[in-house]
Amino acid sequence: MKQFFSFVKKEFSHVFRDRKTLLMLFGVPVVQIVLFGFALTNEIKNSNIVIVDNAKDFASRQIINKISSTNYFKIQKTLMNSSEIDAAFKSGDIKLAIVFPQNFYTDLLHTNHAQIQVIADASDPNTGTTLTNYVNTVVADYNAQMNQTINFPYQINMEVRMLYNPDLKGAPNFVPGVMAMVLLLVCVMMTSIAIVREKELGTMEVLLVSPFKPIYVILAKAVPYLVLSLINLTVILLLSVYALVLPIRGSLILLYGVSTLYIITCLSLGLLVSTGASTQQGAMTLSLVGMMLPTLMLSGYVFPIENMPWILRMISNVVPAKWFYIIIKAVMLKGLGISYIWKEVLILFGMTIFFLSLSLRNFKIRLE
Amino acid sequence: METVIKTKDLTKRFGDFVAVDKISFEVKKGEIFGFLGANGAGKTTAMRMLCGLSRPTSGEATVAGIDVYHNPEDIKKNIGYMSQKFSLYEDLTVLENIKFYAGIYGLSDNDIKEKSNELVEKLGLQEQANKLVQSLPLGWRQKLSFSVAIVHQPKVVFLDEPTGGVDPSMRKQFWDMIYDASEKGITIFVTTHYLDEAEYCDRICIMVDGRIEALDTPALLKKNFGVDNITEVFYQLARKAKRSGD
Repeated sequence: MKQFFSFVKKEFSHVFRDRKTLLMLFGVPVVQIVLFGFALTNEIKNSNIVIVDNAKDFASRQIINKISSTNYFKIQKTLMNSSEIDAAFKSGDIKLAIVFPQNFYTDLLHTNHAQIQVIADASDPNTGTTLTNYVNTVVADYNAQMNQTINFPYQINMEVRMLYNPDLKGAPNFVPGVMAMVLLLVCVMMTSIAIVREKELGTMEVLLVSPFKPIYVILAKAVPYLVLSLINLTVILLLSVYALVLPIRGSLILLYGVSTLYIITCLSLGLLVSTGASTQQGAMTLSLVGMMLPTLMLSGYVFPIENMPWILRMISNVVPAKWFYIIIKAVMLKGLGISYIWKEVLILFGMTIFFLSLSLRNFKIRLE
Repeated sequence: METVIKTKDLTKRFGDFVAVDKISFEVKKGEIFGFLGANGAGKTTAMRMLCGLSRPTSGEATVAGIDVYHNPEDIKKNIGYMSQKFSLYEDLTVLENIKFYAGIYGLSDNDIKEKSNELVEKLGLQEQANKLVQSLPLGWRQKLSFSVAIVHQPKVVFLDEPTGGVDPSMRKQFWDMIYDASEKGITIFVTTHYLDEAEYCDRICIMVDGRIEALDTPALLKKNFGVDNITEVFYQLARKAKRSGD
């Protein structure tokens, strides 16, 4: 046991002496949380639009007022002809144009029908759809307002409640994502590099000749990264609770428990990478391409898995981060207990056992 | 004299390739035993088998009286090892390196403290004790490396080309340390490709193509081959080699 502590102490010295890596380890999650939380959001605010008001009557003005009072749009100009609109779209100055025809209000009153033309830039389909939806809502609202006095015989009212994230903020989505990524980065990349470094320097041989068992070499290597990961996790959680005002609804113990499991999954992956690589460079490439990329693409954090073709959906099942992402969202945002997530936990557990036994077997083979 | 290393027909095959072919020798306590051979002659493979790093294909071998097949783990407590690559961590200080190796060999806290002070003093590294190893010159690192390899007072220490890249004056100092250790009863098993260094050994063993071609004291070898230095002996034997270097 004393031997083990000597080893762990040495590993911590390596970690603390490498200031650049340490800075990266703790800098990356902080920068990511701050960036995602305050700078990059997928909510659409202050989109530039133009309104061509050929009617300039009571109804058109009312609608324009409603539109300008939301913070989704910033009205650039109100009078333009169609060729000017075209140019503005092409130059990318505007995302949306709303055109009111002449006699808009008169038409509405006399024929009970009036049309508004909405033109959106759909080169980014999500933004295009979101913006037109906003306009739709505003117009529908105005419609309802006008029809207040009229009693329709049948009417279906939709009452929408957005659960877990009523304000549709981005944070509940990316905080678990950042957690999955950062823990993977620390555990897979750092651990594999730490092990491969000993091989590359030739110190691994010396260790293998010592009475210190290879399995303890691996365990002792894993301890500092487990500790670092837990600290990192705490930093991310503190930031998200206090800076992004994202409450943790579920049990904190459960949250740390499942995170520790995920960390161990990643550590065993790191070990697996280290058995496959013989240089630090190789270990880094293997973890970045083999681990980070699939995690980024297939964990459900960037792209929804439901929309993927079946083959990618299948592959996503072997990405540990996918399951961790599901678990964390359930515990953190929905406040669910273990009874709701035991299946995912079991899958992660099984993966850990699998990776661990595979890498230990490979590690043994390489010793021969 | 007590026999510390004993092998009989020790063989290692990798598929069809016979890396080490039925080698038999004995090494006595406190002896400096030199292992010579061209690259690919099987020196390192033979050494790895004796260290318990590689399982022999056939033959017998005991190190410090322990069988390499049955108790390779027990052998590890009784041996030290220094490889041709560095055995030290460059991002740790001199003291940290000593304490780490002493620690994984299970020395007690008191012993570790005593040993590390003693070592630092003996090497004259008092001023550098808390500096990173990467700041030490190569020769010093090598000496520190050797001291660390025998910090737990093993019965045998295996040195795999320990003086590679070190200038001659430093090599002389390094060999003084080896003599010192040998006088204390530590058996030295050393591979080298500096043929002048072979003269420093008590006995040398020359390997060609995985077999032992000559094994005797440097003086007798020179006499038997009718030449006046080991380099000539080596070249006469090495000419017969069929394998090229790796």
